[in-house]
Amino acid sequence: MPLPDIRVGVDIGGTFTDVALQTPAGLSTGKVLTDYAEPERAILAAIEVAAGQAGVALGEIAQVIHGTTLVTNALIQRRGARTAFITTEGFRDVIEMRSENRFEQYDLNLELPRPLVPRKDRFTLNERMGPTGEVLLALEEAEVRAMADRIAGGGYEAVAIGLMHAYANDAHERAMARALSEAAPGLPISLSSVISPQMRELQRFNTVVANAYVQPQVAGYLSRLVERLRGAGIAAPVFLMHSGGGLITVETAAQQPVRLLESGPAGGAIYAADYARAHGLDKVLSFDMGGTTAKICLIEDGTPKTANTFEVARTYRFKKGSGMTVSTPVVEMVEIGAGGGSIASVDQMGRIQVGPQSAGSEPGPACYQRGGTEPTVTDANLLLGRLDPETFAGGAIPLSTDKAETALQTIAAAEAITSPEAAFGVTEMVDENMANAARVHTVENGRDIEQFTMIAFGGGAPLHACRQCEKLGIDLALIPPGAGVGSAIGFLRAPFSYEATRGLFQTLDGFDPAAVNAALEGMEAEARTFVEAGARGERTAEKLIAYMRYKGQGWEIPVPLPHKRFDGADVPDIRDAFETAYRTLFGRIIEGLQPEITNWSLTVATVLPDPVGVTRIDSGSPAAAGRTRRFFDAALRCDVEAVEVERTAMVPGAVIDGPAIIVEPETSTIVTSAYRAVGQADGCLLLLRKEIVS
Amino acid sequence: MTPTAIDYQIMWNRLIAVVEEQATTLIRTAFSTSVREAGDLSAGLFDRQGRMMAQAVTGTPGHVNAMAESVTHFIREIGLQHLYEGDVLITNDPWMGTGHLHDITVVTPVFRKGVHIGFFACTAHVVDIGGRGFGPDAGEVFEEGLLIPISKFAERGEVNAFLIKMVRANVRTPDQTVGDMYSLAACNEAGNRRLQAMLDEFGIDGLDSLSDFIMVASERATREAIARVPAGTYRNTMRVDGFEAPIDIVVTLKVEGERLIADFDGTSGMSAFGVNVPEVYTRAYACYGLKCAIAPQVPNNTGSLLPFEIIAREGSILAARRPAPVSIRHVLGHLVPDVVLGALHQALPGVVPAEGSSALWNIQISARATDPDSGLPGAEILMFNSGGTGARPATDGLSATAFPSGVSTMSVEATEHVGPIIIWRKDLREGSGGAGTMRGGLGQVIEIEARDGYAFWFNAMFDRVVHPARGREGGGTGARGRVELTDGTVLKPKGRQKVAGGKRLRLSLPGGGGYGPPEGRARASVAADLEADLITGKQARDDYGYDGD
Repeated sequence: MPLPDIRVGVDIGGTFTDVALQTPAGLSTGKVLTDYAEPERAILAAIEVAAGQAGVALGEIAQVIHGTTLVTNALIQRRGARTAFITTEGFRDVIEMRSENRFEQYDLNLELPRPLVPRKDRFTLNERMGPTGEVLLALEEAEVRAMADRIAGGGYEAVAIGLMHAYANDAHERAMARALSEAAPGLPISLSSVISPQMRELQRFNTVVANAYVQPQVAGYLSRLVERLRGAGIAAPVFLMHSGGGLITVETAAQQPVRLLESGPAGGAIYAADYARAHGLDKVLSFDMGGTTAKICLIEDGTPKTANTFEVARTYRFKKGSGMTVSTPVVEMVEIGAGGGSIASVDQMGRIQVGPQSAGSEPGPACYQRGGTEPTVTDANLLLGRLDPETFAGGAIPLSTDKAETALQTIAAAEAITSPEAAFGVTEMVDENMANAARVHTVENGRDIEQFTMIAFGGGAPLHACRQCEKLGIDLALIPPGAGVGSAIGFLRAPFSYEATRGLFQTLDGFDPAAVNAALEGMEAEARTFVEAGARGERTAEKLIAYMRYKGQGWEIPVPLPHKRFDGADVPDIRDAFETAYRTLFGRIIEGLQPEITNWSLTVATVLPDPVGVTRIDSGSPAAAGRTRRFFDAALRCDVEAVEVERTAMVPGAVIDGPAIIVEPETSTIVTSAYRAVGQADGCLLLLRKEIVS
Repeated sequence: MTPTAIDYQIMWNRLIAVVEEQATTLIRTAFSTSVREAGDLSAGLFDRQGRMMAQAVTGTPGHVNAMAESVTHFIREIGLQHLYEGDVLITNDPWMGTGHLHDITVVTPVFRKGVHIGFFACTAHVVDIGGRGFGPDAGEVFEEGLLIPISKFAERGEVNAFLIKMVRANVRTPDQTVGDMYSLAACNEAGNRRLQAMLDEFGIDGLDSLSDFIMVASERATREAIARVPAGTYRNTMRVDGFEAPIDIVVTLKVEGERLIADFDGTSGMSAFGVNVPEVYTRAYACYGLKCAIAPQVPNNTGSLLPFEIIAREGSILAARRPAPVSIRHVLGHLVPDVVLGALHQALPGVVPAEGSSALWNIQISARATDPDSGLPGAEILMFNSGGTGARPATDGLSATAFPSGVSTMSVEATEHVGPIIIWRKDLREGSGGAGTMRGGLGQVIEIEARDGYAFWFNAMFDRVVHPARGREGGGTGARGRVELTDGTVLKPKGRQKVAGGKRLRLSLPGGGGYGPPEGRARASVAADLEADLITGKQARDDYGYDGD
């Protein structure tokens, strides 16, 4: 089934609401400020801008695809519903005790994040399931009724139920839910066996609690949004981008809002993946750098890498462990506190440090002249000639070199160096931080980063892409057009998809095909229901992952398996698949140890049409050059004379050798002396290391 | 190219990433539960003199700071002239590594263009090292397992086959223990690859000048921080349970300008059981406690550790003499920071917390079929659990949170898949936090029962059962720990014991001490604690004078 002609993607971010409208004539985009009180108002405004540009009537829009940071923000700001949590007696404090560790070793005054549901609102039932779903302690009907009455009378707006081993047997959770819906009709209830049926109580409970906590707010918002769109004449169905990089219906999203976490960044990864597919790149590192953070994602064979747990709402300098681990399918991203607004300082050892504190957009970097005085990465880039004070943001924000220099003097004084040297130290340190994060992430995944191509987007990435590539040993980088609204464009290129997960613990020796097949059938039916709701009749594909490890280990690795009915004869193939995956990650296997399977994941997704292939252009005729400027080339440690070229001049086959600066209203691309830039057929810029052009 | 100060800063920054990569490789490939789940490891880079230049920000202070000293022992025992490319060195000597036989330290010399320039080292706690297993009951270190003296695991790339055979023959888990030895070697190799790339990038062939830069900057920052501590002599004593008799840990801190000396003279003598601590481990934790309070921002390296001079008299329980048993040296080691912080409190009021539960309540469980003919397999299960930390000057203590150790607990559901036990309870221990203006963190209660057809043995290694965590500045003590069956039978806090089928073991972990007088606590905080059942109605009345107005 072909996609409808006119579709619109809308991404609500912290500062801006972005829109991308696809029509047969092409893409038009728009940006308006996010409206915190009524986000749907900004959405409509943004759609109207884009539709106006494209000359499309609102009624012609056939599909609205939406992603939002609303859910993440509700968790960070603790602005959710008054929620009750019902759990197993003896486990009232799982979500408060967390993993019992401190994420920062040397801070005596460390504060741990507070649980979403305070202790007084956490209740327990005398019941217990065992690890294989056997009933160790039966649930008494009278206790269930008493609990239902207690919750009904407690003034709660939402209820989460998370019982021990409920992924293996959901009978007690369902019994409790039935009683509750009789005692308090209409009260929203989330079950851990539905929201996240996987082993490990902390993650599962966190996930079901987070779902319940945001559900009333998200459901209310989504229904207002649909209504507001209808009112404006947009009768099209609304779909939501989920964190795993696919689309679900607005009804599913209202039931399982926890799946909407990080939907904006997931759109960015899909956007990069689309270019990876078009350019035939099978190993891609996407690099998205904004004002406050940089995000890194691995994209292999055109698909962003996903994980089944991640940490949301980090409270302490983006530090691992300072947030809340939830288990829901997610595009795996590394986020570090490195952006244009990141503030530089000098530590006790006399070392320049950058971030994670950010001047954000208010007051912004010192050079914005809006009251910021602390030195930021943007100030340093300005001083090094990488930004043009006259044309920044299309001339909308005149930059003050004096203010940048004054701000950087604090660093220069502490280091006894000049301001430009300090500026170099600041940019080099932030580049180092980002490159290190990218390198560690690829190592963790058993990959060699030098074989990857970078796809860089977001306001700051084109400034830093070449230096990142130099540090990482990457030969090729792609800078797509329209990168300022990358996530919204990504929404338009996402499949309908749903990932169903199940905890089912088995050693490979004791592999029980009947139990596995029964679980997989249930998962497929579940996933298909959600996908079919949006993608009526479209062709779909399934992806099956078993999470496996050696007996005695604590971390599972994802092992792709063919989606089929298993029988006992498949065990050697499963073992082979595990060993292949293990060897890829760790370089070896361990003889004599038994593999085991803990969780299963089945994704059903619509098959995307192949993008129009783009043939790489390495050479051509020189681009029309403008004036010359000087910028500081970090690898050469000196100022270089650079040619300035308009991005619009980088037509297919236009070539400019670094040092060069390619300017456009939203950002500038720094082409260092070691790289060449070539315009591509689809409007991308290709940066290639001169050595490989020969 | 001659590196500038900025180049050195960037390289220093890069070294932290290099050792993080080294540690990540280890975490992802190790078998040991404590490495993988709990982060009980360390990894670092050393110059050719054995000075630690950088260390991964992971793991627990006991490993971290003890490993810093270990490379100098390797240099002395083997000799720089006997190091070749492809060599990998190894030991688990408690007195030269990190304090007990379960920790294996692997050191790999780094060469560049044929010249030896430094070392990578790493340490991990292995699943089993033979002997009696992880517990306090041995009378000498010989009973605690296999001791691998400082030796070559590999020479010029050739692995010592005899050593591997020797280890395999002496441990219960040959595949996993030997597998972990290879993981340790592989993680050093991963670090080396990245280091060489950095040296290529910056066009240098040695580490000496970079190391000097790091040492000078770190030592200077640390000494400046010490100089801000008022000069004087500060003494503190803390009595804890020990094994066969109570133990007094005594410290005298002398602060003289930029010098700080912590002397444990007066501390009790050695125990006949495995609670003894090699001095290296005492230094590690004493240093950690002091660093948290005085110079928390300075990264760990030889330069930042040097200014803390730690002395314990050989033959005391904090500087055990060979061949003392030392298997559970972590218990007293974890209590050392409370003692030094208590002394430091006299110099720096309003900075350090009250005493906490501090020593982890690790439990090693061996589940066995009650009928040996049943064919039911046995299982070994290790759990890490934490009590409450002491209240801080301006905030409550942390409940069920590890300090000073940095380890994590494991999922109950995952543990129940590992072995035939049911954990009926693992939740906060109501009323266990010491009363105070700031309340101590709560301990937790854990109830464990063998599944049908099984009984289990466990190695108890629990402290603060007799001597609780004390409060500070008028704060109350945290609750004592308790080790018992749910039928009321009291068990020993240390040593191997059996829990019969059908019986439930109950561990009640200690709470942290309070800070400041309880009557100074905000009424709203007392009311909130009462509403959440964190304190009892009786405590609200008796300790806080709160009657629910």
